Amino acid sequence: MRPQRPETAASARTAGSAGRTANGGQSPHVGLFVTCLVDLMRPSVGFAAVKLLEEAGCRVSVPRTQTCCGQPAYNSGDCAEAARIARQVVEAFEPFDYVVAPSGSCAGMLKRHYPALLAGGAIAPERVAAFAAKVHELTAFLVDVLGVERINARHDGRVTYHDSCSCLRELGIREQPRRLLRSIKGLELVELARPEECCGFGGLFSVKYGAISNAIVARKAADITATGAPLVLAGDLGCLLNIKGKLRREGRAVSVRHIAEVLAGMTDAPAIGEE
Amino acid sequence: MSRFDQRDEILARIRRALGAADDDPERRLAVMKRLFDHPPGTVPARARRPRDALVAQFISMLESQAAQVSRLERARDIPKAVVDTLRRRNLALRIRHGSDPYLAALDWASEPALTRHLGAATADDAAGLSRALAGISETGTLLLASGPDNPTTINFLPPLHIVVVREADIVGSYEEGWAQLRALYGERSLPRAVNLVSGPSRTADIEQTLIMGAHGPVALHVFIVGSD
Amino acid sequence: MRATSQAFLENAERALGDVQLQRALENVPRGFVTKRAAARARLPEFDALRDEARAIKDHVLANLDLYLEEYERKVVEAGGHVHWAASSAEARAIIVDILNAAGARRVTKGKSMVSEEMALNEALVPQGFEVTETDLGEYLIQLRGETPSHIIAPAVHLNKEQVATDFRRHHRALPAGRPLHEPSALVAEARQVLREKFLAADAGITGANFLVAETGSAVIVTNEGNGDLTQTLARVHIVVASLEKIVPTLEDTTTILRLLARSATGQECATYTTFSCGPRRPGDVDGPEEYHVVLLDNGRSELLASDFRPILRCIRCGACMNHCPVYQAVGGHAYGWVYPGPVGAVLTPALIGIAEAAPLPEASTFCGRCEEVCPMQIPLPGLLRKWRMRAHEAQAPGTTPWQGRLALRAWGWLARHPRLYQLAARLGVGIARGFWARYGRLVGAPFTSAWTRYRDLPAPEGGTFQARWRRHQRHRQLSSAQWRHKGPGQ
Repeated sequence: MRPQRPETAASARTAGSAGRTANGGQSPHVGLFVTCLVDLMRPSVGFAAVKLLEEAGCRVSVPRTQTCCGQPAYNSGDCAEAARIARQVVEAFEPFDYVVAPSGSCAGMLKRHYPALLAGGAIAPERVAAFAAKVHELTAFLVDVLGVERINARHDGRVTYHDSCSCLRELGIREQPRRLLRSIKGLELVELARPEECCGFGGLFSVKYGAISNAIVARKAADITATGAPLVLAGDLGCLLNIKGKLRREGRAVSVRHIAEVLAGMTDAPAIGEE
Repeated sequence: MSRFDQRDEILARIRRALGAADDDPERRLAVMKRLFDHPPGTVPARARRPRDALVAQFISMLESQAAQVSRLERARDIPKAVVDTLRRRNLALRIRHGSDPYLAALDWASEPALTRHLGAATADDAAGLSRALAGISETGTLLLASGPDNPTTINFLPPLHIVVVREADIVGSYEEGWAQLRALYGERSLPRAVNLVSGPSRTADIEQTLIMGAHGPVALHVFIVGSD
Repeated sequence: MRATSQAFLENAERALGDVQLQRALENVPRGFVTKRAAARARLPEFDALRDEARAIKDHVLANLDLYLEEYERKVVEAGGHVHWAASSAEARAIIVDILNAAGARRVTKGKSMVSEEMALNEALVPQGFEVTETDLGEYLIQLRGETPSHIIAPAVHLNKEQVATDFRRHHRALPAGRPLHEPSALVAEARQVLREKFLAADAGITGANFLVAETGSAVIVTNEGNGDLTQTLARVHIVVASLEKIVPTLEDTTTILRLLARSATGQECATYTTFSCGPRRPGDVDGPEEYHVVLLDNGRSELLASDFRPILRCIRCGACMNHCPVYQAVGGHAYGWVYPGPVGAVLTPALIGIAEAAPLPEASTFCGRCEEVCPMQIPLPGLLRKWRMRAHEAQAPGTTPWQGRLALRAWGWLARHPRLYQLAARLGVGIARGFWARYGRLVGAPFTSAWTRYRDLPAPEGGTFQARWRRHQRHRQLSSAQWRHKGPGQ
């Protein structure tokens, strides 16, 4: 469960620094954007994220003023409300070297949409751009920024991985989570037949257009079941709740976890929706 | 012009939308320059191969689109090849073609059993013969120009379409095909119809099952003719 | 046609319950998606061409007035006529005038989405014109009185059994006992029936994939050759096209053509690509005697000035709908007007008004595949989002109901008041846990029915992260080494 970085970074770390740092030799200070779904539904994902980040040499803080990234309002067309929330997030996280979220969806919102959303507002565009530049999704941060190549953990069995659309297409994250998973001893990664397809969650879409969302997640559930893996992972809790909800409704005995839980070796607790 | 025509109003609306003046010489110059320079975009590498590879690619592309391809050494082999093709398909020895000098110059008398009909195709024609101006290798496409030489109806009405293309007329890219057309018809000018044909007519409109012979030819047979 | 986009949700639910339709929709991903991916992989220059195609179209749109003038000049030079219609009604009237002036009664049609947009058949048939759609898919739906459910595969929603039934009903002259089990038999029968129509037609109406300003050519791209028979055999050829179909040169057309078929069907190129340039010329032995182009604006010039200008780059390949999870689930008719899928969800509000089509921009998970596969790089999710904003501003009906709006407002307010938010979060999680402990599930819990009608709602793990984290931090300060060994407790 100990992330391993390449030689140079590792030696730097033994010397008491964390490889690539933004503050001159100190361990990078990461502000964890917990995300509202992790906060409400699955706090252990937050602890797993903290553990991974600390193991990789970061200092982690959890600003208390964070709530939500504003997507529900933004995706409903309410830009004014979304911008007010966005401003609060930027102000809360500006002091950190990095902003890391265990979610492609929220990281994508902060990184890709805040600049447009906050354009012409109270915060100068350069400030928003600087903020957006230091936002990362958890697995991409570990691999791309911290240079983590292997996770020193063990997980016996087959696992399949669902790419969230925001990770895949908004942030271009495909290899990073797979590289980390493949480095785990005993873990066999089986790909889905259609890994690039949406699970049908889409935030409020899942309740506004429940019937359509259901038809989409039914296909995803079938693909997951077809892999024969007893465990499906993803980097976004929205997808995971949707997928678990469907698998459970269909009576399928597939467990569902956030990727951070497996990477951090924190799979003792019951999987999502199981107890 | 129809009584409903709104030409000037529509153009004015577009200019308003663009915030542009119709007499802006810079815009007009840019547009005219593009029309006369017609700069090419990226030409795929597959269209810039050595000649033999281009010909081989032309053939394999056509075949992959369900066309049949034969190579003939010389133009004078064409009449016999036409007869052989008709016989193999159990068709009457009749063929429709236009007044293309290349086809007209062939020694048709060498195949006395073959009846030729000249002019536009009719619904009764079972087989038509055309000559393509060019063969475009990158997608296995025949470039056919309309006119009395090669009437357009021959490309579409008869169930069997035989197309002759000289090996020397096989080019890599569409751009080279356009260059040939410009050389023949002038700048900013095309024959009435230019048909790019890449196989027999087909449809997949019923359950995405591919079926040949939707409305046009059921079969396309291409003769690539070497130098005489 | 009357739009039912406002009833998208009902349409969609009906579609989801339609067994025949669901079976037919399975063909969409199987056919189009894998073939497009393979075609793209075979052409290493694909993405470079996308950049160029986008630039070409942006250049055209920025100079649309001038290119239209040049295009018109070349058509007229070749002996053709160009008619400009501001609205669908004007376009229909122009076409009726042309047909009447030519004494044309029997009309064949090639596939044209613009003619669907202007509801041309609905105008022609009552006036006594005999109109026959000749694209096989269009013909199939014409027999059924339906509209296309896909822009390039209009009958993708039908099964061969349905087609056979329709053929028996409509092709009365043919022997009743003929076998029609195989698609090949159905295609052969359609060929025979439609051949008669082609030969008898007075006028042929086609759409255009492109209008080439350099040469005054209308380009049609087909696999069947029906468009060619339509425009070659009749005395009168009428092209209907919307303004934005303009492309500057043959080279520019080529660049976009290299993307079109690959994006649409995964073919290297379509079987037939035809450039038609005016009526029969001296010496010609075939071709139409009259050549007309009807240019339709119908709101495009306004789109040009709006945030939605990029949608005018669309070349109607259908890749966005082929790859859309929502389209794959419900098919095209649910969208309720002419253009389905992501492009339809952007275009429909633009052409018939957001008030008539507000549910369409909501019909997306923002999964982004449409933008990823769009050969013209149209930012479809971004444009859908812009429509959501407009709908929100306009309070357009059919988006979020008032209860939803209220809930969103409350959520937004809480999100801006972290302390209260965290209190509410703890409360909410506590209630959910209590419900779970009591009933063992969250079905029937307050505010969850829209979700739990289709899926279970996994129970929250317990506590909020924020609360547990604060507790953990206090604990950690006391014994900082302990956590690393034991992991975080609750």
